[in-house]
Amino acid sequence: MNEVQSHKRSPLLADPDREKARLEGIADQVLRLARRGGADAAEVSVSSSHSRNVTVRLGEIDVLEDARDRGVSVTVYRGRSSGNASTGDLEPASLERTVEHALAIARHTQPDPAGGLADADRMATEIRDFDQWHPAELDMPALIDRASAIEQAGLERDSRIGNSEGASVSSDAGLHVYANSHGFVGSSRGTSYSQSCVLVANDDSGMQRDWDWDDKIRFSDLLDVEATGRGAADRALRRLGARRMPSGRMPVLFVPETALGLVRHLVGAVSGGNLYRRSSFLLDHAGRQVFPEWVRIFEDPHLAGASRSSSFDAEGVATKPTPLIEQGVLSRYVLGSYAARKLGLETTANAGGVRNLLFSPGERSFEQLLAEMGQGLVVTEVMGQGVNLVTGDYSRGAAGFRVEDGQLAWPVEEITIAGNLRDMFAGLRAAGSDVETRRNIQVPSLLIDSMTVAGQA
Amino acid sequence: MLELASSTLLEPGGLGLADLERAIGRLVEGPVDLGDLYFQNSQSESWVLEDGIVKAGSFSIDQGVGVRAICGTGTGFAYADAINMPALMQAAGSARSIARSGSGGSTAIVRPVKAPALYRPDNPLEVTDSASKVDLLRTIDSYVRSLDTRVTQVNVSLTVEHESVLVAASDGTLAGDVRPLIRLDVRVIAEQGDRRESGNSGGGGRYALEKLMQPQAWQKFADEAVRLALVNLEAVAAPAGFMTVVLGPGWPGVLLHEAIGHGLEGDFHRKGISAFNGRMGEMIATSHCTVVDDGTLPERRGSLSIDDEGTPSARNVLIENGRLVGLMQDKLNARAMGVKPTGNGRRESYAHLPLPRMTNTYMLPGEHAPEEIIASVDDGIYAVNFNGGQVDITSGKFVFVASEAYRIRNGKLGEPLKGATLIGNGPDVLTRVAMVGNDLELDSGVGVCGKDGQGVPVGVGQPTLRIDGLTVGGTQ
Repeated sequence: MNEVQSHKRSPLLADPDREKARLEGIADQVLRLARRGGADAAEVSVSSSHSRNVTVRLGEIDVLEDARDRGVSVTVYRGRSSGNASTGDLEPASLERTVEHALAIARHTQPDPAGGLADADRMATEIRDFDQWHPAELDMPALIDRASAIEQAGLERDSRIGNSEGASVSSDAGLHVYANSHGFVGSSRGTSYSQSCVLVANDDSGMQRDWDWDDKIRFSDLLDVEATGRGAADRALRRLGARRMPSGRMPVLFVPETALGLVRHLVGAVSGGNLYRRSSFLLDHAGRQVFPEWVRIFEDPHLAGASRSSSFDAEGVATKPTPLIEQGVLSRYVLGSYAARKLGLETTANAGGVRNLLFSPGERSFEQLLAEMGQGLVVTEVMGQGVNLVTGDYSRGAAGFRVEDGQLAWPVEEITIAGNLRDMFAGLRAAGSDVETRRNIQVPSLLIDSMTVAGQA
Repeated sequence: MLELASSTLLEPGGLGLADLERAIGRLVEGPVDLGDLYFQNSQSESWVLEDGIVKAGSFSIDQGVGVRAICGTGTGFAYADAINMPALMQAAGSARSIARSGSGGSTAIVRPVKAPALYRPDNPLEVTDSASKVDLLRTIDSYVRSLDTRVTQVNVSLTVEHESVLVAASDGTLAGDVRPLIRLDVRVIAEQGDRRESGNSGGGGRYALEKLMQPQAWQKFADEAVRLALVNLEAVAAPAGFMTVVLGPGWPGVLLHEAIGHGLEGDFHRKGISAFNGRMGEMIATSHCTVVDDGTLPERRGSLSIDDEGTPSARNVLIENGRLVGLMQDKLNARAMGVKPTGNGRRESYAHLPLPRMTNTYMLPGEHAPEEIIASVDDGIYAVNFNGGQVDITSGKFVFVASEAYRIRNGKLGEPLKGATLIGNGPDVLTRVAMVGNDLELDSGVGVCGKDGQGVPVGVGQPTLRIDGLTVGGTQ
């Protein structure tokens, strides 16, 4: 495929400073248009991204994709009424129409006492660089070669790896500007390189599919191709022969990638939107014990080299490192200005969500946790939407491994695990030392004392 | 439709048919099997009521052109958010990089595709003014609050969309479509003592907003949301284990979508990774079961006059009297498998690639009255409302999550049960269908199907079904 033509470089990669100045200019223009159109206040987000994605399947190119996106979203306030409009077309005539649409909507929405920009005195005054921009010279052939090598490593791993859904490699760069009529302008930019591979293992028991992946800010930090290819193969292979297991109550060990889901449910339940809508099982729980005393979860929005780090949140408010859970107690909620006003509280600089959330690891390895549980279930995959944050009721499809005598015994599938998040959090018995660091919410394996497993009668 | 789409999409950028043919010619220089251009303009508007006020509204507009070159089973893809000749030619140049440099020089001549219009092209953003939409939400809010004093939170949202698409391809396809889509959602929280529960309902389709603004239309969603929340206030823990499950009619058809539908999409068969691979012509269900995917139902949420590759939609029989007889195909996979496209090539937007996707998937009715089906069960559950589901198409394992269910004992409905996940195995779940009801219903129009990160609107439906053996994920 050496004839693959090199693409014209996008403005974002060719001259990011100029693209940033251009987006800031657009943000400024939108704010002026809003003011001229009668808005008392306004805020705007402008973004530009460029990504290239290659998928190779069974040694042949499956998809080559070159994607460049831009977008602008504006919210205007007239008194306490607001209107929002967005478009992908950043030409001047389109920006004018977009602002007009937002203003027209604000004429029809009703005054909302909690509405408006975040308070001016909370705006970030220092915008730090968190080392998130590492452009690399990568053309399509380089991405194709890498994807081919990843898949090849997986296919060669074992004769039972007979099929593939392909290996993908992508290179992304993005720039984002947020500005509001307090005079705040903040921008951030970042690169992201990712690779993944999905393989199918096959034997007399049937087919099983699984995957492995990596995602880094620097291309050179990506795991080597063999690690990802073999990882996908090993994960598919270990599922072969999976079957249902007997129903009953037992301890359940969530590996880091499924334990992540539990922490996301916690974040959802203490997020402003669910609290003011009375849609959370953790209403009025700030300052109360939610986990055992040894649990600590800390939010650090300023981690260097982490893609979600930022000096300001989605409404310009200065972020700062703060605990979420300390000694098992819920230290605070996760709030932006709107929800904070609805609840009579102060924003926690979480408009747009949590940044980097760090669950403090335990001292024991995954194997030691297996030994501690003795008999039970390891959950490596959960399926479906069976989590009710209003009540905390939890019931999901699962796959993983039966644990006998403190060791992985055999793979299981087509089972459900059920409980209530309140009890599951309180019943957390141990955390592993094996924190997953590839995501912005970093969680170790978590051992829960007891859940209901349904499988065979 | 083609004229309308063309006036929205091509005329502003000064493009004519000759320009499209030239761009396709550029795209298919060399050994390219199929090249296509997909022009799209989509507008959407939404309004949200919460705490008694219509507090938020938003409008968005997006347009662009996706350009694709297929070489064997490989695809080169690029898109532009401007619709004019330079942008089109640049995207064509990027997309055709999939092909080794070639001989060049094919010309494409495109001809209009004939397809019946299944919905009116009116723009619901313009036909109904904003004040009427805001009034509708406020009226619904007052109505919901009047239903029961235990209702403490009401959230009502209305989304109206209008999309114009035009497809031109090197196989001669030229087709346009103008698609309205509306949706109303009602969500309530009800509280009693220290119990707090939610209830959701909603619906819509490809029809005029006036229809949804009739009280008899929206009141049923409001009544249903409140009823569900109140039922859930009384719900007790669901059982855990393998048992007989009776599924109600309509939305529980999400079972068919997850357990059967995804596994019958052509791409998974072309790649040999579906649990139904190699089962064509075999019995994969009891003989009571006939399942179709039908994009031709007028005004339905999942319906399409043409799919996103310009192929007219169709009523495709997937399972006939228990036997697997059909798959759903887009052009790439149909070509690779030597069959015809079935009108199931769909994409979320110009910035996404088409894939074989479902439209409205449902099971045809059988002979039994629903009461007779419930009366036939000694011990099991009756599940009538669901939150959606998920499937692993390779292992065949699927889940769907009941949000309203009741215990059945000795043929009688008992206490309401808390939400629980049901899990089963796609290739054998329909072999356990013991009874099929005579009460086919389609869902009210809220389904969104996700695949490869792309969401598209879909419909599902079924009559009441008795399944002798599914795992129920309760706690008791």
